[in-house]
Amino acid sequence: MAEVMLRALVRRKLYRHPAGARVVLEGIDLVLGPKEIVALVGPSGCGKTTLLRIIAGLDRDFEGELAWRGGAPPRIGVVFQEPRLLPWRTVRRNLTLVLPTDEAGEADRLLHALGLWHVREMFPTELSLGMARRVAIARAFSIAPALLLLDEPFVSLDAASAETSRALLLTAWRQRPTAAILVTHDLTEAAMLADRILVLSTGPARIGREINVPKEIRRAGAARAEAFAANLRGGELLLPSRSSI
Amino acid sequence: MTRRIGWRPSAARILSVVAFLLLWELAGWIAQSRLLPPASAVLVAIARDCASGVLPYNLAITLARVAVAFVVSMLLGSALGLAMGVWRGLDLALDSWVTVLLNMPALVVIVLMYVWFGMNEATAVGAVVLNKLPSTAVTIREGARALDRGLLEMARSFRMRRWPTIRHVVLPQLYPYLFAASRSGLAIIWKIVLVVELLGRSNGVGFRIQLYFQMFDVTEILAYTVAFLAVVQGLEWVALQPLERRASRWRR
Repeated sequence: MAEVMLRALVRRKLYRHPAGARVVLEGIDLVLGPKEIVALVGPSGCGKTTLLRIIAGLDRDFEGELAWRGGAPPRIGVVFQEPRLLPWRTVRRNLTLVLPTDEAGEADRLLHALGLWHVREMFPTELSLGMARRVAIARAFSIAPALLLLDEPFVSLDAASAETSRALLLTAWRQRPTAAILVTHDLTEAAMLADRILVLSTGPARIGREINVPKEIRRAGAARAEAFAANLRGGELLLPSRSSI
Repeated sequence: MTRRIGWRPSAARILSVVAFLLLWELAGWIAQSRLLPPASAVLVAIARDCASGVLPYNLAITLARVAVAFVVSMLLGSALGLAMGVWRGLDLALDSWVTVLLNMPALVVIVLMYVWFGMNEATAVGAVVLNKLPSTAVTIREGARALDRGLLEMARSFRMRRWPTIRHVVLPQLYPYLFAASRSGLAIIWKIVLVVELLGRSNGVGFRIQLYFQMFDVTEILAYTVAFLAVVQGLEWVALQPLERRASRWRR
């Protein structure tokens, strides 16, 4: 990789609770290229979300450092595990409210691209979870981010709507490629979307294995990703053999 | 409910008011006593006092006091409640004082303030504010404690500025609490304003009621009461309820 946009070094991250402290992350060294999609894969509760929050700047209580290209953190679009939309604002308003300037054109373009145009005047409470997640993805893209952080954006969706949402995410990404970190516990999904897969081991989480997704597999559809993931699972990798397809 | 019966809500409301007035009229005619005048006598008294200008004048003065006390106590009480909900240290420091003030009889506050600061307009309104402030603070504090951290975090990660965050993320979550505080606030404030007027002012509805009490003129007492209630109810219908409906439009 020629260019580096972020090197996230987390020597140690403690999770403090009344009974004491527990190490959740240790010795993480993550390097990300400017247009690269990296998937963080690992079982639930292993610290993937914590790492994402550290990179998002929402958690500064850790030993280590974030080295950004150009010094300061760039614009970051975050898709949280829950959609976290403002329920009292319409779908379109949820997008335009986070825009740094008052140009609603980008919001409208994304509403079209992600198949949300017909629900733009609805309130998030009127949407299904899948649609609400898609709005959250559109919102993250709308600020023209240099980095996208996606925390299990397709979890607990039925197979069909997860598939649609993944395809729409890729469409939006192709129109405006950015660096992205995708947290997921689904290896097939990771193979479908990412250039590189980092498998986290548990307790405390470290990067256990790094897999480069070959060009011919990457973003080439569900079937090939599924085969690739099955192949990986057959190896020494022990991951939940849950598949989304 | 109302929809199933096929009635418009306003029709049910009007009908219940008319039924009450008829019942009152009937009771008045049966009693034939100056201690229970019929509704028609009270309405005539209202019309007469309106024509002479005495009722509108005193009503306006009382309403002005209610308005000032309401605005000041809502602003101060909300600020205090929000601060207490957000900063735990402040909450611990002030919590017992808020409870003390909450349980202090309104009459004691009014009398002491008149004694210490003199019988003037500022003291009168100040005494009302001090009576209402703690309950507003307690209500808004609950709202502040219930703020959704996930949404605040979202606003932070998208670098929303302070004012848009307050306006679009924080305030909508506080609306139900603000409406609850406003509604109970109006009810408490107008009762206390009347006591304040009765004890230390020479105008306003409270003062007039004191006057008519000394003359045992129940008709006039009821005339002022009904006029005031009508105004307060009108406020509820034309201002509070539509505002609340607008603010909770997004709820399914």
